[in-house]
Amino acid sequence: MKMLINVAETVVADALRGMAAAHPELTVDVENRVILRRDAPVAGKVALVSGGGSGHEPLHGGFVGPGMLSAACPGEVFTSPVPDQMARAAAAVDSGAGVLFVVKNYTGDVLNFDMAAELAEDEGISVAKVLVDDDVAVTDSLYTAGRRGTGATLFVEKIAGAAAEEGRPLEQVEAVARRVDENSRSFGVALAACTTPAKGSPTFDLPPGELELGIGIHGEPGRERRPMMTSGEIADFAVDALLTDLPPRNPVLVLVNGMGATPLLELYGFNAEVQRVLAARGVAVARTLVGNYVTSLDMAGASVTLCQVDEELLSLWDAPVSTPGLRWGM
Amino acid sequence: MLDADFFRRWMTACAASVEREADRLTALDSPIGDADHGTNLQRGFRAVTAALEREAPTTPGAVLTLAGRQLISSVGGASGPLYGTLLRRTGKALGDAAEVSEEQLAEALRAGVDAVRALGGAAPGDKTMVDALVPAVEALSTSFAAAKDAADEGAIATTPMLARKGRASYLGERSVGHQDPGATSSALIVAALEEADGE
Repeated sequence: MKMLINVAETVVADALRGMAAAHPELTVDVENRVILRRDAPVAGKVALVSGGGSGHEPLHGGFVGPGMLSAACPGEVFTSPVPDQMARAAAAVDSGAGVLFVVKNYTGDVLNFDMAAELAEDEGISVAKVLVDDDVAVTDSLYTAGRRGTGATLFVEKIAGAAAEEGRPLEQVEAVARRVDENSRSFGVALAACTTPAKGSPTFDLPPGELELGIGIHGEPGRERRPMMTSGEIADFAVDALLTDLPPRNPVLVLVNGMGATPLLELYGFNAEVQRVLAARGVAVARTLVGNYVTSLDMAGASVTLCQVDEELLSLWDAPVSTPGLRWGM
Repeated sequence: MLDADFFRRWMTACAASVEREADRLTALDSPIGDADHGTNLQRGFRAVTAALEREAPTTPGAVLTLAGRQLISSVGGASGPLYGTLLRRTGKALGDAAEVSEEQLAEALRAGVDAVRALGGAAPGDKTMVDALVPAVEALSTSFAAAKDAADEGAIATTPMLARKGRASYLGERSVGHQDPGATSSALIVAALEEADGE
């Protein structure tokens, strides 16, 4: 597999150096692997810190900026960051109003953020934590690691980020973040597996003419494999899985998210099918976002995330945001 | 009796074994995980080796706590906190003694494995590192060789299991038929005890 890299060992550091050059409005600490708002800490404002394995760009580093994250901590590819990174980020962005950790629900992320929270609290920083677990493909059970955090992470970071920007206190920002997670569901499909730089070959073997249903964002295979389906059939399947799990009473935000290697032409076509199914099921759509936001390296495929919103959450979604990956209203 | 040198040799043997087996660990992690287990442990044990040379701890407990801290600060993922906790808690349980008996090591390692179980929430049979570590600790009171065999058997026994913890758990039934990479690396770490002893 050909890749636009120097060597696998330096892909994360190389990308951070490039990010620093492209985004002077951010502070990128390449050595310690922390991306910060240049104006942090912002007086009186709750800070949002997230992070996770690299390979999901623009998540999380591309969502640092006014109206969204205060800092992001990238780990190695598909490997959660280490506690030292988040503790350092928390110390750098805390204004005294406290820090909210936004954590995707994977064992590694949870353990490392927990350890980081202990380190930060030892330094006198108030830390709250919200787990994002929106992936309906994982059968939720006491006996598994629970649902994965995927597309809803964008909704949580944007909406809670707006709440923090308004100057709300930590427990309110945390409550908003939790409400977004509880009202969000995602489902993803892969048409081709991704290739990690370290391995150099596809992470799983998907023959031509077949697709994986219920994939995550780390190149792990899905729960079920089927003969290839059309965009319309995939939309029927995915939206049905989402609505079965959470029949919305309110209008929804829709994220049609590319996994990295699927062209926007296909994503927009897929969005048309998703909107057709939602309309047929009587679900009102408040806003729609289409693009590559929570990716899985060069995986081909897409995920659909729905988040049902009341007026408060919708107005926080519409609030201005200025980050490399998401920008409107300012 | 086992002194700080023995524990240094143990960590060096772990590092060498992880270097040798990195590709196999990553290959095992590919069908049921995300194909990085070998790479991540390589990074971790290189940091351990460097820190042991730099700081030259003088007691068994200090060697293991330093090694555990390095794993937590360099590996990431779930394996960093889990293996880091295993070594740190084992090291703490050994206290400040300049030398420890094999029985004391077995007791301390049991405390380390208990901490891993508490942190990760895994029980035997969940297809995780616990499936190699628990039988190894039981067999350690007999000999290092017996612990190695028990850990190997424990790792092999994960193949038919359905994963209930960690990333393989997302696959449900499709996790069956693959040996768990975490149990496999745990068996390497246990096997390194015998190597350290034989030198």
